[in-house]
Amino acid sequence: MLADFGYGVLVVTFLVSLFAILAAILGQAKKSQKWVESSRLAMLLTFPLTTLISLTLIYLLVTNDYNIAFVYEVTSRAMPTYLKVTALWGGQAGSLLFWSWLLSAFMTAVTLRKWDRDREFLPWVVLVASVTLAFFLALNVFYENPFTRFWQTFSGVQPATFRPAGAMPFTPADGNGLNPLLRHPGMIIHPPMLYLGFVSFVIPFAFAIAALVTGRTDDRWIRITRRWTLWAWLFLSLGLVLGGRWAYDVLGWGGYWGWDPVEIAAFMPWLAGTAFLHSVMMQEKRGLLKHWNMILIILTYALVIFGTFLTRSGVLSSVHSFAQSAIGPAFFIFIGVTFVVSIALLLWRWPSLKSESQMTSMLSREALFLLNNLLFMGILVICFWGVIFPLISELVTGAKVTVGPPFYERATGPLFAALVFLMGVAPLSAWGHSTLKTLGKAIFKPLLAAFLVMVAVVIYFFVNPRLVNEYLPYALIGLFVTISTGFVTLYEFWRASQARARAQNENVFLALWWLAGRNRRRYGGYTIHLGVVLMAMGIIGIEMFQTETQGTIAKDETMSLAGYTMTFKELQDFDLNDASGQPMQNVARAVVEVYKDGKMLGELYPRRDYFYDAQQPMTIPGVRSTLQDDFYVLLVDWQPISSVGATFKIYHNPLVNWLWFGSFIFILGTFIAAWPDQDPELAPVRARKNSPAAYLTGD
Amino acid sequence: MKKTLPILFFSALLLLFVFSPVFAQSAGPTPSDDEVNAVAKQLFCPVCENTPLDVCPTQACAQWRDLIRLKLTEGWTEDQIKQYFVDQYGARVLSAPPLEGFSWFIYIIPPIFLAAGVYIVFRAFRAMRKPVNAAVQETPVQTPSDDYLRRVEEELKQRK
Repeated sequence: MLADFGYGVLVVTFLVSLFAILAAILGQAKKSQKWVESSRLAMLLTFPLTTLISLTLIYLLVTNDYNIAFVYEVTSRAMPTYLKVTALWGGQAGSLLFWSWLLSAFMTAVTLRKWDRDREFLPWVVLVASVTLAFFLALNVFYENPFTRFWQTFSGVQPATFRPAGAMPFTPADGNGLNPLLRHPGMIIHPPMLYLGFVSFVIPFAFAIAALVTGRTDDRWIRITRRWTLWAWLFLSLGLVLGGRWAYDVLGWGGYWGWDPVEIAAFMPWLAGTAFLHSVMMQEKRGLLKHWNMILIILTYALVIFGTFLTRSGVLSSVHSFAQSAIGPAFFIFIGVTFVVSIALLLWRWPSLKSESQMTSMLSREALFLLNNLLFMGILVICFWGVIFPLISELVTGAKVTVGPPFYERATGPLFAALVFLMGVAPLSAWGHSTLKTLGKAIFKPLLAAFLVMVAVVIYFFVNPRLVNEYLPYALIGLFVTISTGFVTLYEFWRASQARARAQNENVFLALWWLAGRNRRRYGGYTIHLGVVLMAMGIIGIEMFQTETQGTIAKDETMSLAGYTMTFKELQDFDLNDASGQPMQNVARAVVEVYKDGKMLGELYPRRDYFYDAQQPMTIPGVRSTLQDDFYVLLVDWQPISSVGATFKIYHNPLVNWLWFGSFIFILGTFIAAWPDQDPELAPVRARKNSPAAYLTGD
Repeated sequence: MKKTLPILFFSALLLLFVFSPVFAQSAGPTPSDDEVNAVAKQLFCPVCENTPLDVCPTQACAQWRDLIRLKLTEGWTEDQIKQYFVDQYGARVLSAPPLEGFSWFIYIIPPIFLAAGVYIVFRAFRAMRKPVNAAVQETPVQTPSDDYLRRVEEELKQRK
């Protein structure tokens, strides 16, 4: 039986990961390269094994083997094949297996690198990565077996890994089907990206622990893992952006981010990781903050596991469901043990992690990076506290509370604005020392340009008084900070490319191309900053100027919002069938015409799909998108028999597409920064920091 | 007749006084969806985790919205309606914990942590030393000369 084969390989993989741990410890204890090599090969073996397990489960999913409980829970006959494949991460057991699969892939990639110069790290990297893998495999082996089968016993049907005495296999005719919300393309890609981000942060953490254990506390571990960290950050960022887009397209509330604990669970490692990405530069360039970088990567790893724990343990519903859940306590213990051991190692090596130099100016780049880290940590504390407070409140008082968007928005808003401001100033300051005079000289022109744009913005609001609301003062401050930062960043691009263009007598764009190619990290970073600026403008637009209205209208009646008029023309109600002709989902689709200034802009088709297998609805908005705004229509309710009227909810979301466009630029920038250099092992950065090339390349 | 008029007047006033709330509650105009949603978006259903009431598609939440509409029709204020739901289902229906009892901690802890962080950074700044040769390190904001750029390019070529 294929399920038995899959479970057997799962157990073998778990044992192999345990062997990798044991061999790494023995290799270190006996100073035996054979054992170390053996541990490396064991780690290498985990990838083909987890691939085999995953392919086995995918095969069972695709072939509708409903004897397997997991297959029954997440698929149905009506689902297309590609959705059956993606159902692998549509349920608890499969998503844990998927986590292990991705982690083993990254572990394999690590084992294949050249270890010549860092041989002493190898056993410890294998150890840390294998401990993490073993933990996740153990969850599958002992608690959440994806190959559990249904058995017909005297007392009824029950799921079990092994055949109960006297039981016969039981196979339901059809499955439950995947949650309709998970059938959206964004949701198909979003979890793998998020998981990739999560698991790839395990690698820099493993190297950090290796550095602590071996006492090699220089910046070697940071230089090795720089690109790992960037790729991890890229995947996590992609996951967050896709999650936002999915929410906007499917959840039917006109927004992209609801400060839901599950969203925050993914956002927290991103915050710690972003602080880490900035902070490591201080260690690379100036030998500063070695303790802090260790703390940040330990924190990032802990938050990765914590994020998975939050979403997988049921703790968010209630602390009681956590206690009842099988994997909740296991996660809790794992997070506690790894965190305590990591901190203990850090304290042990504390004296050898002293900074090699000192900060010398409050306006130096390292000082501003320190402020940047403070702000990221401030936002992280707010998020962490906001997520766990309902649980603590339930434990202490017995009553749950909701910590919703108003808390997060008020608490984090000023910190985000300060971060964007710092993003504009920091690139202009120098490593080591800067003065107000030099900074002022560099920032004057972009600031003047931003001021002129803001004058135009104020005039725009003056001639469009209907846009004015109570948030306008905050919006103007936010826009000024954002636009200033955007101009500073563009000015930095312009200055450097102009200098090179003059020197080489070449086109400015060609000069920019060459400069970016020579120092991808710097110009990738600037591109990311530009992306953030665009995203911030989109966020200001939708958060502070979003308007909405809801109403019930009959055919050919109209609703109006923000200068748009919508006419309800028709309601269509029909079934969509699968390949065998069986009805798969019911679709109620409204046809509406959208007008602006008397001119018809086109038709929209807001709809509500009802999935028969999962017995769940999905609301899909009709959206007219421009760079200026989104006209976003939801079909809330309708009279199916007479089709005479329907209830619509309309949102007007100004500038929201800048958020998606900015996200694209953001991801592009991360690609540029993370792309491997031709020769990354050149002379140490600090040795050449005062060279002239440092100016144009940013080192 | 002289006495009848004041009696009628005061009787009418009394009737108006006595029945005006009932009249207002029973015959007020039906609130629009937008008025209902303005209240509903400040409330969370205890069943549907983390979904504001104004956008929750479940039947239970639709009934809550109908209840809000009824209360608005009866002349209840926004605060009264929110308090009604808190009394019925507890403080978890509010989008943020109320400023009372244990819930104070949600608002106090982050500023304490932030203040601690500011103090640590402040100490780091206070411990700063004067730069040995500040002038040399200020190069990033200076305009490079042609000679300087030539050296840059030479270095870049060497790094290929």
